[in-house]
Amino acid sequence: MADEALFLLLHNEMVAGLYRAAEQGEGENGRCTTKLESMGFRVGQGLIERFTKDTARFKDELDIMKFICKDFWTTVFKKQIDNLRTNHQGIYVLQDNKFRLLTQISAGKQYLEHAPKYLAFTCGLIRGGLSNLGIKSIVTAEVSSMPACK
Amino acid sequence: NSELFTLTYGALVTQLCKDYENDEDVNKQLDKMGYNIGVRLIEDFLARSNVGRCHDFRETADVISKIAFKMYLGITPSITNWSPGGDEFSLILENNPLVDFVELPDNHSSLIYSNLLCGVLRGALEMVQMAVDVKFVQDTLKGDSVTEIRMKFIRRIEDNLPAGEE
Repeated sequence: MADEALFLLLHNEMVAGLYRAAEQGEGENGRCTTKLESMGFRVGQGLIERFTKDTARFKDELDIMKFICKDFWTTVFKKQIDNLRTNHQGIYVLQDNKFRLLTQISAGKQYLEHAPKYLAFTCGLIRGGLSNLGIKSIVTAEVSSMPACK
Repeated sequence: NSELFTLTYGALVTQLCKDYENDEDVNKQLDKMGYNIGVRLIEDFLARSNVGRCHDFRETADVISKIAFKMYLGITPSITNWSPGGDEFSLILENNPLVDFVELPDNHSSLIYSNLLCGVLRGALEMVQMAVDVKFVQDTLKGDSVTEIRMKFIRRIEDNLPAGEE
């Protein structure tokens, strides 16, 4: 049972390490975010396979989104999504008011410009999970005031 | 959930293998990242476990295997192969959670997959004033029956006052 702190540290180090490498050598900033997102994608695919091995079939899209908000989020971040909204036309907004990966960074607007780096992996995670459940999606994140994010 | 960590670590190693052409560079990068993690992890560890200062290397070995490994990876490696001077020992891991679901392809035979662990141990111990050398001597990914990490105490790090201060 790996501790949460370990994952948090690893994730932060991954973000830092990738950006460090980019500064020193080739590659612009955009590539780092893409790399993080694609890492999250692979992990998301694997995780969702393990989690849904024994669960029942999902009835529809909304059911899948609810699963992501409750069970998936709880297993990964030890809490549920605080708010799920949808326009019933394929757009879902998941709001987490105390996003685990951002709580240690700031409690407000300081360092806001760095927040996207820390969300890239998680966006990939969600996209990977959905992809293995049969949903093609685009996942973006928005942070207006840490540690809340959508 | 340990799978999250295992899978994330796997994705990281894969990405590093793509970025760096040779295994040696990946090993170095893993070690460096592990070091950075280790220097922070030690604080988390000390805060949670409340262990006091270790009096000698043997105590350190016990704390690492029975408390730290158990806390973070859920395993308790055994300690063996003490050198006669008491400054080197081996941690034997029957199973390494980092390598669940992992197979090393043939073209990466010199990759030390779990090298992050070496960096973590090195970084963490440096923060408690111990300079150590950590390396893998056996690895289940390479066909050995167990994973063995060799830890060698080099010296105690004295707190150095900046030049000019006394």
